[in-house]
Amino acid sequence: MFERPKTLFAVAVALSFAVSKFSGGVNPYYYDIILSIGINIILAVSLNLVNGHTGQFSLGHAGFMAAGAYTAAAFTTFVPPHHIATTLFFLLALFAGGLAAALAGLAVGVPSLRLKGDYLAIVTLGFGQIIVVILQNIDAVGASRGFSVASGYTNFFWTYFFAALTVYVIVHLVDSTYGRGFLAVRDDEIAADAMGINTTKYKVVAFTLGAFFAGIAGGLYAHFKQFISPDGFDFFKSVDIVVMVILGGMGNTAGVIFAAVLLTILPEWLRTVSGCTFLPHWLRDVAQNRMILYSLLLIVLMLTRPQGLFGDARLFRRTPKFKKP
Amino acid sequence: MTEFIQQLINGLSLGAIYALIALGYTMVYGILRFINFAHGDVYMVGAYMGFYLAPSIMRGFGQKSIASGIVILVAAMAICAALGIVIERLVYRPLRNRPKLTVLITAIGVSLFLENAGQYVFGPDPKAFPDIINDHAIEGLGDLTVTVSQVLVLAVTVALLLLLTWIVKKTKLGMAMRALSFNPVAASLMGINNDVVIAFTFGLGSALAAAAGILFAISYPSIDPLMGILPGLKAFVAAVLGGIGNIPGAALGGVLIGLVETLVVGYSDTIHIPSTYRDAVAFAILILILLFKPTGLLGAADREKV
Repeated sequence: MFERPKTLFAVAVALSFAVSKFSGGVNPYYYDIILSIGINIILAVSLNLVNGHTGQFSLGHAGFMAAGAYTAAAFTTFVPPHHIATTLFFLLALFAGGLAAALAGLAVGVPSLRLKGDYLAIVTLGFGQIIVVILQNIDAVGASRGFSVASGYTNFFWTYFFAALTVYVIVHLVDSTYGRGFLAVRDDEIAADAMGINTTKYKVVAFTLGAFFAGIAGGLYAHFKQFISPDGFDFFKSVDIVVMVILGGMGNTAGVIFAAVLLTILPEWLRTVSGCTFLPHWLRDVAQNRMILYSLLLIVLMLTRPQGLFGDARLFRRTPKFKKP
Repeated sequence: MTEFIQQLINGLSLGAIYALIALGYTMVYGILRFINFAHGDVYMVGAYMGFYLAPSIMRGFGQKSIASGIVILVAAMAICAALGIVIERLVYRPLRNRPKLTVLITAIGVSLFLENAGQYVFGPDPKAFPDIINDHAIEGLGDLTVTVSQVLVLAVTVALLLLLTWIVKKTKLGMAMRALSFNPVAASLMGINNDVVIAFTFGLGSALAAAAGILFAISYPSIDPLMGILPGLKAFVAAVLGGIGNIPGAALGGVLIGLVETLVVGYSDTIHIPSTYRDAVAFAILILILLFKPTGLLGAADREKV
C-alpha cells in the first residue's frame, strides 16, 4: 500500500473523515494535541521538500507560515461571508493564505538562486525575521499586540485532509520524472546543471511549493488557536520545524512525519515529567525547557547520526529498489 | 550638521562593537570555511562574565578604577577564549571533514544550547550591568553629546584591532593562521599543527566577542541571555559586507553596518522608514550585497572547483 501514494491518499482522507464523525467526545486537551500534530506534519513535510529533497537549507519556514496565517485570518475577518457556504469560505481563506506564503517563497527563492549552504540559511532567516517585523508594524492586524480570529473553522477533518494532501503532492512530485530534478540538485548541483537540469527553476519551485503548504498550515493554525501574534512565528518556531526534518532524516518523508508526531507529543510529555515531584529538581527544570533538549538533540544527532533517525530507509517508494549486481 | 555628526558618532561606537564580533566570524570562516553560528552567544556569555566578575574585581582593584576595568575585560576575554576552544574541541573538531550542512546544523545547535542554557543558568530576565566606569557626557563640545563610554568603546576597539593586526601579521601563530587559510593541506605539510592553529583562532575570535559583550554592556547596561542573537546576525552581515574571510573587511563592514543602522533610525522621519524597522536594515543590506557583490567590499572571489 505504501508504494501507492494515490491509494494512501484516498485511505488517509477517508480515515480522517470517518474519525471526524466519531470524535465528538474527545478530551479537548487531546484534541488540541491531535490538531497540532496534523499542522506540524504539514509544516515538516513541506520544509522537507526544500531542506531534504532539494538540499537547500531554509531557516525561515515560520515566516511563510506567518504570511499564510495572517492572510487567511485577515480574509475571514475582513471579507464578509455573503451567501457562501462556510466550508467554501474557509477553503478560500486557506488558499489565499497559501498563495500569500507562496508569493513570499517566490521572493526568497529568486535571490536565493545565487546562494547556497550557510548564506542561504542566513538569508532565509533574515527573510523570516523581516516578515515578523513587517507584521509587527501592520496595525490593521493588531501589530505586535496580536490578532484575534473570530472564527474557529479548523477541525479534525480539514487538518488531516490537508496533511494527507501535502504528503501526497510532495511524495508524488519527488517520485515523478520531473521530481528527480530536486534530488539531482541536492546530490550535486554542478553535475545536475551539466546534465541540463534547470537548477534555478527547481530551487524556486521547491521554495514556492514548500511555502504554499506552510501558508496552508498557517491558515489552519490561525483558525484553530484563534489568536496569532508575530512573536509566535519567530526564529525558534522555524527551528522547531527544522529539528523535525533533521530528526526524521532529511528527504525521508515517513521519517519526517514520525518526527513531527514525536516532537509534538514530546513537549507535552516533558510537561508531565516536570510536574513529577519525586524527580530531582534540576531534571524537572531541564524538562521544562525543551529548547535545551532540542539543541542537545541537534548536536548529538549531527555528531553520531547526521542522516537522522531513519536515514535513507523509505516507506513511500514507488520505484523498486535496485540491488547492485 | 551637528545632528549628522552626532549620528555619526553614535553609529561609530555601535559599529565598533559589531566590528569586534564580525572579526570572530571572519577569522573562523577564513580558516574553516564555515559560519560559527554560536559566535553571537559567546558575546552574550562575555557580557555575563563581566556581570558576575565585576563586583569582586572592583572590590579588589578599586571601584570604577581603570585597573579594575582592564581586569574585568581581560578576565571575561580569557574565559570566553576558553569557552570557544572547548566548543571547537568538543563539537566542531569531530565534524571537520563532514559535509558543510552537518557542521552548519551543529553550529545552530550550539547557538541554541548557549541561549537556552543561558536562560537556565543566568535566569531569563534582563539584568542591570554594574557601573564599571563613570559614564557621563564629556563637556565642552557644544551641542554634541559624546559620552565617556562611547570614547571608551572606540579606544578599546582600536587597541584590540591593533593588537589583532600585530598577532596576525607579526607572530608565528598569526603566520600559521594565514598559511592555513590559504591552503590547509600545504600548511600541514610545512609542519603547521592545524589543530593548534584552529583552536587558537577560535580562542582569539571568542575573546574579541567577549570584549564586544563587555563594551556593549557598558554602553547599554541591560543584558539578557538572548542579547547575542541580533548583534551576532548583524555582525555576520558585517563580515559578509566586508568580504568574509578578510580581517580589515570585517572591521570596515562592522562600522558601516553600525553607521547605516543608526542613520536609518536617526532620520526615520525624513526617509519614511519607521524606526521599528531597524533590525530589518541589516538583513536588507545582506540581501543586496549577496545579490550584487557576493564577495563583499574587500573580498576576493573564491571559485568553486569541480
